[in-house]
Amino acid sequence: MNLIVAIFLPILAAFFIPLLYKRVKSLHTGWFVLLVPLSLFLFYTTFVKQVANGETFTSTFHWVESLQLSFISYIDGLSLLFSLLITGIGSLVVLYSIFYLDKSKEQLHNFYVYLLLFMSAMLGVVQSDHVITLYLFWELTSISSFLLIAYWFNRDASRFGALKSMMITVFGGLLMLGGFVLLSMMGDTYSIRELIAQAPQLAEHEYFTWALILVLFGAFTKSAQGPFYIWLPDAMEAPTPVSAYLHSATMVKAGIYLVARFTPIFASSELWIWLVTATGLFTLVWCSFFALKQTDLKGILAFSTVSQLGLIMALLGAGSMSYHVDGAAETVFKYAAFAAIFHLINHATFKGSLFMIVGIVDHETGTRDIKKLGGLMSIMPISFTVAMIGSLSMAGVPLFNGFLSKEMFLTAMLSITEFGLFSFDTFGVLFPIIAWIASVFTFAYSLYFVTHTFMGTYKPDALPKKAHEAPIGMLISPIVLAALVIVIFFIPNIVATYFIKPAVLAIQPFLYSDVSQIDVHISAWHGFTTELWMTLGIFVVGGLAVMTLKKWQHFYNRVPAGFNMLYDAAINVSDTGMNRLSRLYMTGSNQTYLLYMFASFVVLVIGTLFTQGGFTMSWAHTAPIRFYDLVLIAVLVSGTLIALVTKSRLTSIIGLGVVGYSVAMFFVIFNAPDLALTQLVIETISVALFLLCFYHLPKNSRKENRMRFQVPRFIISVAVGATVTLVAIAAQSQKMMTSISEYYKETVYSLAGGGNIVNVILVDYRGFDTLFEIAVLAIAGLGIFAMIKLRIGDKGKEKKQLENK
Amino acid sequence: MKTNDVILQFTAKLVFFIIFLFSVHIFMAGHYTPGGGFVGGLLAASAIVLLILAFDLKTVQAGFPINYRIMTAIGLVLALGTAAFPMFDGKPFFTHYFDYFDLPFFGKTSLHTAMLFDAGVFLVVVGVTMTIIQSIGEDE
Repeated sequence: MNLIVAIFLPILAAFFIPLLYKRVKSLHTGWFVLLVPLSLFLFYTTFVKQVANGETFTSTFHWVESLQLSFISYIDGLSLLFSLLITGIGSLVVLYSIFYLDKSKEQLHNFYVYLLLFMSAMLGVVQSDHVITLYLFWELTSISSFLLIAYWFNRDASRFGALKSMMITVFGGLLMLGGFVLLSMMGDTYSIRELIAQAPQLAEHEYFTWALILVLFGAFTKSAQGPFYIWLPDAMEAPTPVSAYLHSATMVKAGIYLVARFTPIFASSELWIWLVTATGLFTLVWCSFFALKQTDLKGILAFSTVSQLGLIMALLGAGSMSYHVDGAAETVFKYAAFAAIFHLINHATFKGSLFMIVGIVDHETGTRDIKKLGGLMSIMPISFTVAMIGSLSMAGVPLFNGFLSKEMFLTAMLSITEFGLFSFDTFGVLFPIIAWIASVFTFAYSLYFVTHTFMGTYKPDALPKKAHEAPIGMLISPIVLAALVIVIFFIPNIVATYFIKPAVLAIQPFLYSDVSQIDVHISAWHGFTTELWMTLGIFVVGGLAVMTLKKWQHFYNRVPAGFNMLYDAAINVSDTGMNRLSRLYMTGSNQTYLLYMFASFVVLVIGTLFTQGGFTMSWAHTAPIRFYDLVLIAVLVSGTLIALVTKSRLTSIIGLGVVGYSVAMFFVIFNAPDLALTQLVIETISVALFLLCFYHLPKNSRKENRMRFQVPRFIISVAVGATVTLVAIAAQSQKMMTSISEYYKETVYSLAGGGNIVNVILVDYRGFDTLFEIAVLAIAGLGIFAMIKLRIGDKGKEKKQLENK
Repeated sequence: MKTNDVILQFTAKLVFFIIFLFSVHIFMAGHYTPGGGFVGGLLAASAIVLLILAFDLKTVQAGFPINYRIMTAIGLVLALGTAAFPMFDGKPFFTHYFDYFDLPFFGKTSLHTAMLFDAGVFLVVVGVTMTIIQSIGEDE
């Protein structure tokens, strides 16, 4: 199967989902959807072996060749790992959603169409080698995420969360596009691989820093890093399968992917290392701290996700340091990128299972409020076991995969102090300390999450539903993920060989030329090292923090909302400010708008004509004035005057008709039968239309006196007339190029197979124009239809309301 | 007030066919002599408008039970389809095909895909004009 087809397979499948949903009522639509990620997952697993040997695969589809736009699917270690995550977790999530979403109550076709749309978009993001198509897929993930968060769109919080996530991620995405454009200008190519190949030259370029910052904006907004984390907690209004899939396992990792993918280009920069590492660490500690404040189970997981993404981000930043150390492959920095990828896999497994458990708790008890929950251990034993495995892995406890990557994280952070460049030797000591504090909070919220839900006293009265264990179908997916959590702990080096090392090769292509050179070996026991003592310290302090949580949790109430307040203020200001600004000139009166249009028309055209020296007057090309012309002009002018001075509407319509018909007659005497014909028919129809419209105007205004004479309007109307006349004279006076009509005359039969130039222009030479014109015409027609019908509907409603009273 | 429009109504019925046939003629002839889909569509619409003026909206609607919005849509699809079709043949968007064919009854005739496109224009123009006039006319 072609790689490009594989990317688009979910979107293609999405076309059939609404049909299946409508036709097959007996079977949950999710079963059909499940086939898509499952088959893609199996398809991508066939690449694992070859990619593990360092092979790569590409497939290209030229989209718009003249713009060098093409879909290039590039499979290397990094993109294959992400593709497997997207389709693997995707399969589990779809399976889970079959039991989570009721087929009779929910709008399943919407849900699955959005989900499949997202799947294609995400595969496109991680496989695109072309920056512009990467950006397209990137925004498509934002849009599908928006649609999925707002899936229950009748809830205010859903719409708010959806809009917030869209605002922030699209804001970052647009900046990122700017970065991509700069990069492609610097490297004169759109291909990421070609950009990486010329990384040293790019680093010298004056735009380099700008491109770096702009690309990081995209990554940070998408992965909810730094101040941009605020959209993720609000995105938790989405159905839980979506949170598990988009907002924990895949989409939020697009930023991680981006940083990893562009590391070879930007890693030479000091700014990059500082920004990525510091932002990651800040997010890690900040959000792990605030996770303990949350009382909504999904809120805890949202903050935890953001903080774990920060951890991966910090590791990628530290991994970039290896570019600045001689013989880097031998130093400890090689751990960082490796640990980042390892933790990415681990996070997907344990966080995915935890989200699904929260969904189960919510589904079976009716609440996610941790204050109402407790003592579910004996009622939901399987869920409890899975939650325990996930939480302990997140906390970094041995026997679970999180422990291994957490240890590597500590190793990497400790090694930063040894990095002698960019003033890391002075500030570097802060990094392991911050990492340790964050890990304490991570340990604390992991325990907080699981103990307050499943242990303690059972409060059946507080729960909206009678709690019971979930159906087995719902438990399969979390159990699979929890099993992986344990399995990975015991076979980390097999995972490393097949998935991590090929991905590391993609992130650090300058260090290693082959997968076999990456000699990192994961082991659970390193002896009594600093890391071990740090871990023990985390367990002790973190445990204490959870036990005393009740005593100090109220402290959170004193912390201001911070970044959220900024966002709300910004949205508020732009909302009301823009409203006020537009109210200044949008009066709602058509006459005012016409004045704006005509006045600016006069200023722009006259201004351009005279400042550019375009005005000349010559009578060399004009035809002589004949007797007929004079008669027609007299008729035309008198028609205009009648329309202006008459008091009766009917007379003014006829006056206008006279103007139109005399113009048509001009076309006749100037040998333009097509135009004359069209003008005549249009005039006839518009007179009929005017009659119809005026018939429906309110009766009392039918004898309305004509409008007062207004000097400004008079001046503008005279100016418009003068402008048009001047432009016509100027256009007629200078023939700078030979007329195109000669070309038409020569080719109308040979190229277009026609005889009537006017019509051949319409349907062939300039068919594009006609196509858009009829589209505009259709839109205008539908607009008029909608406006009139809508008004009738409103009236009907008012009548009904009156009758009810 | 009820006016007696016998003469108008009788004439309108006759003239309608003349105008309509003329519009078809002008549409068909458009590629070689003055005319085309746009004028043809407008003429056809004006023929219907004449009927509406002579009779009233309801009578005409009963005579032509056409949903003009769907007609507009069909026209748009026809125009876009004609323009997009060459892409499946590996040719650029909006490539037209034309040749002479020996048809029974008509004899040697020039056939041109531009006519299909023009038919789309024709339908859109009639559809939109009638949609506007109908919705304004219906508004009580």
